[in-house]
Amino acid sequence: MLAKRIIPCLDIKDGRTVKGIQFENLRDAGDPVELGRLYSEKGADELVFLDISATHEKRKTLVALVERIAQKINIPFTVGGGISSVDDVRALLKAGADKVSINSAAVKNPQLIQDIATQFGSQCVVLAVDATCIDNEWIVHLVGGRVPTELNLFEWAKQAESLGAGEILFTSMDGDGTKKGFANEALAQLSKTVNIPIIASGGAGNIQHFKDVFTKGNADAALAASVFHFGEIDIRNLKKELTNSNIIVR
Amino acid sequence: MEKIVIIDYGAGNTRSVQFALERLGVEAVLTNNHTQIEAADKVIFPGVGQAQTAMLNLQSTGLDQLIPTLKQPVLGVCLGMQLLCDFSEEANTDCLGIFPLQVKRFPKIMRVPHIGWNQIITLESPIFNEIPDKEYMYYVHSYFVELSEYTIATTNYGLSFSAAIQKDNFYGCQFHPEKSGSMGERILANFLKIN
Repeated sequence: MLAKRIIPCLDIKDGRTVKGIQFENLRDAGDPVELGRLYSEKGADELVFLDISATHEKRKTLVALVERIAQKINIPFTVGGGISSVDDVRALLKAGADKVSINSAAVKNPQLIQDIATQFGSQCVVLAVDATCIDNEWIVHLVGGRVPTELNLFEWAKQAESLGAGEILFTSMDGDGTKKGFANEALAQLSKTVNIPIIASGGAGNIQHFKDVFTKGNADAALAASVFHFGEIDIRNLKKELTNSNIIVR
Repeated sequence: MEKIVIIDYGAGNTRSVQFALERLGVEAVLTNNHTQIEAADKVIFPGVGQAQTAMLNLQSTGLDQLIPTLKQPVLGVCLGMQLLCDFSEEANTDCLGIFPLQVKRFPKIMRVPHIGWNQIITLESPIFNEIPDKEYMYYVHSYFVELSEYTIATTNYGLSFSAAIQKDNFYGCQFHPEKSGSMGERILANFLKIN
């Protein structure tokens, strides 16, 4: 059986992980490679590295970092943040990234999804969507969820699938950082709308939330950051609990 | 020291395979040079991407003629394995024809691509030495190779398909050993030990 995936997300700025990530037995928690390797050892199924560097100039350091990650880490990883062209994607895949996630650039130019999928295959295209529920409608937002668009989440997801996206990473801006649980209703609807895998993000606070996102939200994977970084949830323990609830994990 | 070659034909994930071998302490050369490939002790034929594009790339460098003639152990990974077969439904592509097998698209009842960790069972090859039955491997693909007499490992995703195949000196695995943690690396190490 295909296992449900647990994916820690690491924010990268100028080649370093951000936020005060707290771990014992880690020489340098600011080093994305060290931290990624630790998560891999703890049983993470994949990793997402999200570059939040402010300038294009500083983003160039990302390719060198991706190469270092690919050398040291033996599980798949996705790289996202500011990717806006086929050339960006080529450089990252060549350095050893397995997938790229695209967000704002795809909203501005949906053709980009198709261009990447044709060149490198759908399997490497993760469409990241940030959305907020406004008057009972899930609206896609840009710039880290600050700027609303005209797009409806479900219509956009459907369009992205037909253009060749291989996965959808849906972040509920309502849930992000609240630790009140994933947006399971929207996720369940999304999983009926498209036939590609869905990664749920935003709202993870406790182990029950992960159980719910797989059973009620019907997600294929769950992504979280702070609950893992601050040691609130241990991935091994989480997987044990999920197994006890008859949810298939590795 | 054994010479290990990774066939370079512009496909994705070649670096990942090279890095995985480095982690095993093995240096592998990335090349499309026929003489170098023929002289290698082991050949790895990786690939992610699209079947037709990949075949066109192989044809443009004559590798489509060379690969079927190789005598040393050859391991096709993911698309590399699919290209060793007769025909792929992906863009209706004629492939290398080493295995008399068809590559088919997953039915719509399942989410496609098949992405993530799935179990390999019924393991019948030295490349699975010390790999427990039901071990999880990482997959990412939309097309699969049907079960046949060449199947040496099976995975189930809506239907049972070939997780790995073997015929003479040709091996193929649909999953990505280079991305499947320490167990995946062990499979690569086992392949390198084949005589």
